[in-house]
Formats: sequence, C-alpha cells, structure tokens
Amino acid sequence: MEKIRVVHYINQFFGGIGGEDKAGLEPLVRTGKVGPGIALQNILGDEYEIVATIVCGDNYFVENLEKVKLELLKLIKESNPQIFFAGPAFNAGRYGVACGTICEVVQKELGIPVVTGVFSGSPAAEMFNRNLYIATTADSARGMEEAVRRMVNLGVKLLQKLPIGDPEVENYIPRGIRQNIFSEDLGAKRAVDMLVKKLNQEPFKTEYPMPSFDRVPPAHPVESLSEAVVGLTGCGGIVPKGNPDRIEASSASKYGTYEITGVANLTGEMFESAHGGYDTTYANEDPDRVLPVDVLRDMEREGKIKKLHDIFYSTVGNGTSVENAKRYGQEIAQKFKDAAVNAVMVTST
Amino acid sequence: MHIATVVPISQTVGANRIVPAVAIPYPLGDPKLSREEEYKQRRKIVETALRAVSTHIDTQTVFEVK
Repeated sequence: MEKIRVVHYINQFFGGIGGEDKAGLEPLVRTGKVGPGIALQNILGDEYEIVATIVCGDNYFVENLEKVKLELLKLIKESNPQIFFAGPAFNAGRYGVACGTICEVVQKELGIPVVTGVFSGSPAAEMFNRNLYIATTADSARGMEEAVRRMVNLGVKLLQKLPIGDPEVENYIPRGIRQNIFSEDLGAKRAVDMLVKKLNQEPFKTEYPMPSFDRVPPAHPVESLSEAVVGLTGCGGIVPKGNPDRIEASSASKYGTYEITGVANLTGEMFESAHGGYDTTYANEDPDRVLPVDVLRDMEREGKIKKLHDIFYSTVGNGTSVENAKRYGQEIAQKFKDAAVNAVMVTST
Repeated sequence: MHIATVVPISQTVGANRIVPAVAIPYPLGDPKLSREEEYKQRRKIVETALRAVSTHIDTQTVFEVK
C-alpha cells in the first residue's frame, strides 16, 4: 500500500541550520524528515511518510511575507502532499506567524488538511485560530513530543474526515465556532447549577465565554484646551436624516463619516438616530442629546477650545461584534490622528 | 474620554477617562427639563469630559459631573 505523503515545514533553527545568524535563510527543501520531523514520523506511524521538509529562516519569512508564500507553495506543491504539518512553533513569535501563514496558504491553495501547533499565549494563536486547527503546545521545545502528538491527532482526524471534539478535549486553540447540541437539562437548570457552583466556589464552565477586552495605558492629558481640536464620535447611531450610508439598526457593518462644517447644532430636521436598540424619540428630537455639537460649538466660539473638528464618525452599537467595533475604533482613531485632532469625545447610548 | 451611562460597561471595555451620562436614550440631555436647563446640564457633562482629558491619570478614572 502506498504511504500517505506528508510535507513538514520548520524554521532554520529546528532545521539544524543555525540560530539568529541564519534567520535570513531562503526556503530550501530537504528530502525526508528533519529535526522535529523524526518525532512526527514516529507518531504518524508506518502508513505515513514525510516525503519532504521545507526549511525557511524566520526573518526571511516575515520580511518577505507575500513573496515567500508563493516560493513555499511552489516547493510544497512539488512534493504533492496529502497532508501538511508546520512546526510546532511553541511561543516563538515569528516562527508561529510563519507556521500559521503557510498553513493558511496550503489549506486554501491545495485543499489538503493542515495543522500547526503553538503556545496559547503566542500571537499566532489569535491570528490564525479562526481558520486553522492549531494544537495547543507548551511554551518551549521541552514539550515537543506532546505537541507533535496533538498535531498528529488533529491531522489524522482531518484527513480521515472524523469529527473533532471540543477544544479542551482535542487540545487545540478554540476556533470561535459555536455548535448546537442537545442537553439533558433545560437552560434554567444549567444556569442555576452554575450559580450554585459559583456560590460554593467550585469550578464551573460557562456556556458563553465573554469576550476579553484589551487594556491600553491612559493617553497623556491635553495641556491646553484652548489650543485643542476636539473630535466627536459615538455608537448612538446619529446620522444625517435618511441615513444615507444605510448603517444597520443592529449589528452595524460600518460607520459613517459626516461633515458638520458650519453646523451650529444637530437639529432633528437634519439628523436622526439609526439605532435599533433604544427608544430614539429623544435623540431624534434633538441629536445634541447624543453628540453635543451645540455645546462644543459654543465653547469654540468662546475660545474654551480651539475648534470642534468638522467631521464626526458614527456607528450603531447594538449587537455589533467586538471584532468589528475594534476595527472601527482603530480606523476612526487613525483618521482623527491624521487630522491632528487633540482630544476625542466618545458618547455611548 | 468616554461619556457613558452604564459606567461598568465602559470600565469593562477598557475606557480610561469615563464621565457618567444621564440615560441610555439621552446621554447628554433630559427631555423632562426646560431647553435652557437641559443645555446647562449638557454643558456640565461636556465640561467634565474636557476636564477629564486635561487631567493626568495612571489608571481608569471616573470623573463625576459636579
């Protein structure tokens, strides 16, 4: 019986070529298994054969991201693999990104099962968990054998199209996929059971993990308000009347950019709220109740602030995903920065 | 600065300078007040927010509207 063809990706260090001094290494192919490939081959067993090992320097990879994808894909394709493994990269930043990137490319272009393994706290875990099965590993190569075992378990199941269970059972980074299952008990009973455990300080498992939010250090204060350009943004859904950008009343897929040059205050004749999550009667009557243009224009005239920025950004914060909200926030912040705005007032409904 | 009615949410998502607002449907207003009173209240909140952004802080801080 012909063996299943495996291609394995590793970096210059695990390829035995060198450390940081060799991190600029261009991709090369070695026939058969190399370094961690020995453990991989052992655990995969006789039905599989590592036909080629692709080695590439970590710096070369991350510094030539687009080019290296094509170079590696060509080399991998030549070996005609049926399954592809990369790493494990443990907690190595560049190596993890390289493993995740090349796995995504191979999965997309060759349509074969791909698996890598990284430490759960490494950047690659967050970057690639939605698209890939990534085995959770220790933070260093001391955990090699277990890491490879976990990668093999996932790879074999993917290849044989066997179901893959929960992340904590199969040891992979959660992919953010929710699946409907039947439960013996009603939701109310499960919730009370959880609460009782919590009160008794016993371990319990939530059925709906809350998103985790990052923290940023506070910005430096504005030194002189009378010199400051102040920007306005928010998630109360304030838009020009008629909602020209069609910002959705819930789960907004965008934010709007609206000019208010010469606008002394937001009137209900010109503006309204597109929000579907609160009673917008009062915001529609006087949108200044959500974005205080009237007060800021007065303060501008009085010289208390230098200027109210002539553009405001607005979206609807109603079931909007954290992921999208974060992206809007980053883009809006960049636009304010580019326009030399000194302070930004964010209002929430 | 974040002007928000539900301060604990603002704290959870990681805002650093937080100013409590009036109510969800009218964070910077109050339809029960006269126009003049309402404007005064809005101005107080805006002034508090501007005070917040001019104040050095090391950690998340809630600036109460006086």
